Amino acid sequence: MTELLLQGLCITYGRRAAKGAAAVNDLDLQVPAGQLVSLLGPSGCGKTTTMRAVAGLLAPQAGRIVLGGEDITRTPAHRRDIGLVFQSYALFPHLSAFDNVAFGLRLRKVADAELRRRVDEALASVNLAELGARLPAQLSGGQQQRVALARAMVIRPRLLLLDEPLSNLDAALRLEMRAEVRRLQRSLGTTMLYVTHDQEEALALSDRIVVMRAGRIEQHAAPAELYERPATPFVAAFMGHENLFEWRDGHLHGPKGAVPLPLDGLAAARDGRFTHLAWRPTQVPVLAAAGDVDGAAAGADAAACALPGRVLARSYLGDAVQYLVDTTIGPVKGCGGPQSAWQEDDAVRVWLDPARAARLDGGRA
Amino acid sequence: MNRIAWPALAMLMLALVFLLGPFVVVFVAGFSGDETLAFPPRSWGWRWMAHVFTVEAFQRSFATSLVVGVGSTLAALALGVPVAYALARHRLPGQEVVRTVLTLPLVVPGIIVGLALLNHMVLVHDLPVRASLLVGHTALLLPYAVRVVSASLANLRPDIDDAAVTLGATRAQAFFKVVLPNIRGGIAAAAVLAFITSFNQVPVSLFLTGPGVSTLPIEMMAYMETSYDPSIAALSTILVVFTIAVVAATERLLGISRYV
Repeated sequence: MTELLLQGLCITYGRRAAKGAAAVNDLDLQVPAGQLVSLLGPSGCGKTTTMRAVAGLLAPQAGRIVLGGEDITRTPAHRRDIGLVFQSYALFPHLSAFDNVAFGLRLRKVADAELRRRVDEALASVNLAELGARLPAQLSGGQQQRVALARAMVIRPRLLLLDEPLSNLDAALRLEMRAEVRRLQRSLGTTMLYVTHDQEEALALSDRIVVMRAGRIEQHAAPAELYERPATPFVAAFMGHENLFEWRDGHLHGPKGAVPLPLDGLAAARDGRFTHLAWRPTQVPVLAAAGDVDGAAAGADAAACALPGRVLARSYLGDAVQYLVDTTIGPVKGCGGPQSAWQEDDAVRVWLDPARAARLDGGRA
Repeated sequence: MNRIAWPALAMLMLALVFLLGPFVVVFVAGFSGDETLAFPPRSWGWRWMAHVFTVEAFQRSFATSLVVGVGSTLAALALGVPVAYALARHRLPGQEVVRTVLTLPLVVPGIIVGLALLNHMVLVHDLPVRASLLVGHTALLLPYAVRVVSASLANLRPDIDDAAVTLGATRAQAFFKVVLPNIRGGIAAAAVLAFITSFNQVPVSLFLTGPGVSTLPIEMMAYMETSYDPSIAALSTILVVFTIAVVAATERLLGISRYV
């Protein structure tokens, strides 16, 4: 069980910038021992760059990388004992699955009998016991990724890095492998740093999630907290809050205009400063043009939050119908029940309930 | 079945005749039994085939060609493999310039390479003929080696070096244990191509051969100036068959056409 600490990590590229590589700016991060922490962000946010620095494949300009209390910032990559699972699997094409997994053990001069036992064990742990003799080219994508996982785990790394390991797999396999990674992580207790751009994957796998943007940490939180209370407009948008509006002087400001939105009681209830409110489409009920807002919540305040508008587009999602509604402050995405049947140009109301909104600090945006 | 495209087929045939016609003439003439070169021959036989093996000038120049070919091929690979690897794995300032320079002899006439080597190296440093041939051919073969090895490296994801390193290999171990085994086919292809190129080389050799030491193609040209018997045709036939056999064998074993 090993803890990873990054302190003030800075990685910049000059003219020699590798394609798609992002800079990392003064990054502090703690991955507690035995936990799985995800680096989540769009491409170019610096998540892969950070991971490669931890692996020792590129050198940071400033900052420290501390693994299990030992400063490894200047330790050569091949002496770090950090496993890395690549997006492309990066299996050695000329070696069988068995020999791929054995590669790290052979370099460590592990005796033959023990090597055989550990490799067989590792292959069995990813359900590939039967396929050790196959070459990578004779394995499916999912099987190749399992070999890559076994190869990285068999050396008993102090830390396992996973670089978008599932993004080359098809959807069903991705779910299966996701469970597999989680199971391995739980049973072995290995500290893991997981890089992904898929928020759903990060939510499903992680103990904690670090959302990165342009080389900095945008938010570092547990999955539920990140989902329920995104800290910034960027995180909100990334986590699917498609309705994002500035809140200032008691008004909600959209691209087209502003409406008064009373928020007194709620604002006092929660401290911390915020500048934006955000709703997922599923948090915005679409209502008929006239009538009560909601049996229980009906009241003057609530009614004030129901903005009239016209349907711009409708899409049937099976368990709901999503509407894009043009309101006085701008377009709003909301949801109606599966039976709702408003068509384009129908007059409706969208209920922007402040109680359901995420409050964001756009100071950094 | 599709309708056969007759005009296209005719063009293809024409191209084949154009390409292989001279071979057929030389090949047939190689089996001549006549005193002088003529096509078609009036009589047939193996006498000129046998004869070429007894000409001492051919024996000596064949040995020179063999030594120069093998030597310059090995030298070009020893230089070319690391160069190709560096170009494939690292972003270097001026990389494209380096790449272009390394493929230059493909566009610069061999005559210029030969003349430059003669004027500025062989004459200045008083290099022995065999050594200067070796240097000249190595310079000529290097771009082929870089090219072909680069092509085979392009099929190999750079990630696998990094994977080896994270598993505990040094960069050198990663190269020898992971990269090299995967580009063996490309290196073999480069070797065959380089050797054949050296073996058939005329322009560079023309400048660098000197008294008493010559390569086989230069000796054949010299022979033709004085004799007009079918032995050159016979020797050419032997060389063509030899070359085709080498290429076919390596293609069969390693599939070299993927890289060239």
